[in-house]
Amino acid sequence: MIRLHPLDLLIIVIYFVAVLIIGFYLKSRTRSGEDFFLAGREISAWVAGLSFLAANLGALELMGWAASAYEYGILAVHWYWIGAIPAMIFLSLVMMPFYYISKTHSVPGYLKLRFGEPTRALSAVSFAGMTVLMSGINMFAMAKVMQVVLGWNLDFSIWVSSATVAVYVGLGGLTSAIFNEVLQFFLIWLGALVVPILGLVETGGWSGLKARIAANLAGTGASVTSYTHLWGPLASFRSNPMGIHWTGIVFGLGFVISFGYWTTDFLVVQRVIAAKDLRSAKLAPIIGAFFKMAVPLIVILPGLIGLGVLYHNGHGIQLVAEGTAQAGQHTYNEVLPLLLVRYAGPGLLGLGITALIAGFMSGMAGNVTAFATVWTYDIYRPLLKPNATDHHYLNMGRWSTVVGVLVSIATAYMAMHFNSIMDYAQALFSFFIAPLYGTVILGMLWKRATGSGGFWGLLAGTLSSVGLWAWVRMSPAALSVIAFSSDAKPMAENMYRALWSWIICVTVTVAVSYISRPQPEAALQGLVYGCTEIPSEGDYPLVQRPVFWGAVALIVLVVLQWIFW
Amino acid sequence: MSTPVLPPSEKRKPALPIWFFIGWLLLVYGILLVGGGLYQLQHPPDTVLARLHATLWAGGVLTAMGLLYVILYRPGRKSRHE
Repeated sequence: MIRLHPLDLLIIVIYFVAVLIIGFYLKSRTRSGEDFFLAGREISAWVAGLSFLAANLGALELMGWAASAYEYGILAVHWYWIGAIPAMIFLSLVMMPFYYISKTHSVPGYLKLRFGEPTRALSAVSFAGMTVLMSGINMFAMAKVMQVVLGWNLDFSIWVSSATVAVYVGLGGLTSAIFNEVLQFFLIWLGALVVPILGLVETGGWSGLKARIAANLAGTGASVTSYTHLWGPLASFRSNPMGIHWTGIVFGLGFVISFGYWTTDFLVVQRVIAAKDLRSAKLAPIIGAFFKMAVPLIVILPGLIGLGVLYHNGHGIQLVAEGTAQAGQHTYNEVLPLLLVRYAGPGLLGLGITALIAGFMSGMAGNVTAFATVWTYDIYRPLLKPNATDHHYLNMGRWSTVVGVLVSIATAYMAMHFNSIMDYAQALFSFFIAPLYGTVILGMLWKRATGSGGFWGLLAGTLSSVGLWAWVRMSPAALSVIAFSSDAKPMAENMYRALWSWIICVTVTVAVSYISRPQPEAALQGLVYGCTEIPSEGDYPLVQRPVFWGAVALIVLVVLQWIFW
Repeated sequence: MSTPVLPPSEKRKPALPIWFFIGWLLLVYGILLVGGGLYQLQHPPDTVLARLHATLWAGGVLTAMGLLYVILYRPGRKSRHE
């Protein structure tokens, strides 16, 4: 357990005061629904870009992926590179014009415009339920970490953090959430950088770290190559610790899962829709992409450093899997806090802990703002109370923020008593994300897709994902069928299941569209390729065009793959 | 058919940019860490590589960044771009 110095506690308290000050300052500027739910559409490209990334960069992600890097080595980087960058660039250059020009307030809102109310309702209800569930799960996970790492009372962590989020989001809406996400982004970098810097000094650089990892792996049967190379070990399911093949990484993760998440998850897309103009909206994901490529420095590298320094020359700590830890042992998830304690003295440690707390809270704020928007504009307004005033919907937004926080707290307590709920919540999320991407992308790029096609494709894709998940639960041997190999491990399941459900969604959408009446082009203006006048970037100098920086980002991505092949 | 147009936000003074708030927070943290780092010169913490005085260095960097942001994005400054 970490013991905090008074200086560390002061740093944490100052953070809470700062976010509340920001919330109160922004309250006076939140006077309409557009202010509350879409930040007045005044957000600059840099703020939208950093917020877009920070909304995804929660503390569970930081700690969880550092743990994965400790357990699986550098392969964990794929979720930051091939599993994010192409999708972010695609969102920027291909999909953003349709989200922005349609003036939609949400992803379900776009589905309503393109495919009609049934598709919107299916997407909105599932998203609203999922996002508040995930918020609660994350809140419980944070409280659990604070209890294990700092000895803090679970109730204290849950209620103090939730109350703070409810206040600053309830007051300032999406602007407040975005401001705090950008703040959190700075804190995470500044709080976490001490680990990779001092870790590489201690090991003698990257080659020294590899030598230490090799020494620790000696006698285990695992090769250091499988822990420090990105693509070589993926030639077969057996030659890497994740039990995954490169086809799963490229097509399952790189195409379906990452595109599904980064282009249709409203939690991240909402930040970009709030940009002040189309060019800013296109630049924001590209700005996020550059920083995303650098995040492994503070997430994956610490996991590898933990593998190299926590146990050395027969002495130290060897981490174990969650659920198998005996008294006195530490789990993979503790690798980042353990390294913070190893390198950070009083003050710096407080900054690191504040970064983790800020990550948890901004994750909750992101979920709650997305929930409030989808509930108010995609469920309450169309289905329960149409034609009310904007002020009425603004008040509904504030109240649904509070209700969302309370439901999150209830979910956190449920997760406390039913641990498997966390696994179910993750599975629930995965049911919708790949089919949703199939529906949205067909809607944006194919005029012939009809309302019926969109609805039945989304439903078929979702049900097929549920079916495949249940099949593997009932018969673990089914994984070898879904992933085409008996050597596939559970981590491969998500990727191949996503791929299959996307294929089914697209196939059903196309088939049903062809047997249903096409929509008139007049109804598709601003919604689909071929019916939308997309402003040209030709008036801007090359270095100010999003397409230029998107290309640069992709080149950097390729170079990184080559360096760490 | 498009979503009903939301009422536009009223014309108003630009909000203080987030960079201004970030600047102040970094400045406060930086000063605290510089103070802590100076104390740790005489009372080094029980951490690996404590001789490198990471707290003092980090405090210096945060103070410099914070000052820069507070000055660049202070209210009333004419040209401010994000």
